[in-house]
Amino acid sequence: MSVRRPSDMFRHAVDDDHGLLEHLRAGDEDAFQALVERHDASLRRVARTFVRTSTAADEVVQETWLAVVRGLSAFEGRSSLRTWIFSILVNRARTRAVRDSRSIPFSSLETDDSPTVEPAAFAADGRWISAPSRLDADPESGLLSAELREYLLDAVDELSPAQRAVITLRDLVGAPPAEVCELLGLTEVNQRVLLHRARARVRAALLPLMELSR
Amino acid sequence: MRWRRRHEVGDPLVCREFVELVTDYLDGALPEAERIRFEAHLAECDGCTGYLEDTRRLVGSLHEVSEPPADPATREALLRAFRDLRPGNDR
Repeated sequence: MSVRRPSDMFRHAVDDDHGLLEHLRAGDEDAFQALVERHDASLRRVARTFVRTSTAADEVVQETWLAVVRGLSAFEGRSSLRTWIFSILVNRARTRAVRDSRSIPFSSLETDDSPTVEPAAFAADGRWISAPSRLDADPESGLLSAELREYLLDAVDELSPAQRAVITLRDLVGAPPAEVCELLGLTEVNQRVLLHRARARVRAALLPLMELSR
Repeated sequence: MRWRRRHEVGDPLVCREFVELVTDYLDGALPEAERIRFEAHLAECDGCTGYLEDTRRLVGSLHEVSEPPADPATREALLRAFRDLRPGNDR
């Protein structure tokens, strides 16, 4: 008999508020556990944008979950559940950073405008000298190979705080651009520049692995 | 950005510019004329087609990535809080 973790049942429902909120309000522990598993690591990554130590980030994340539990019955659903959870986190992380007087200056302006792909990859006419290396993907799922996926999160954690926060919310959590701008106080253009540079860096971090396996 | 604006209107897009427009393209944020140049280049360039496809794979893989669950003790504490504080549990 295969053991099915209770949270598997809600894995897909977590990205969609409909139904989930009802389960949570009814006190369904499996639903709550699935929600924690889905967002906990992302919350910690975003928290690290504002506070300096991982202990402080852990505490902020824990406070956030407690605030979510307490606030569930009053949550009016004007934003998505996910936005609500992350906005609680951002507020708490900011407060914590001020209290510790150790806030990381959140440089939302990406001032680096150097090219994201090595200029040497292009000929004088701006075309590829040779086609760029491809990232290995599973032919069935279209996702990166299991080996590469192991390195993805490490690469995300190496990014600058603003880039890490944006790519976490956009690509790991799957939040739409407008939501991310609102949460982090970014303009749409800046949000996109940060995302663009973050994705290019993560890609670049994976490329040496591709070349090794060749 | 400076290097994005170097082209004249109507110039065909080259690979060097293409790679910097991928995120805008995927977000549907390119102005119409730029989008047409982008897609025209895409149709004739295998290298850039691969680059765009890789970006999609990267984003998809980040979304699907599963992470080790939060520390079990913390999770247990949260679950207890959920049990105690959940609506309707008026004790």
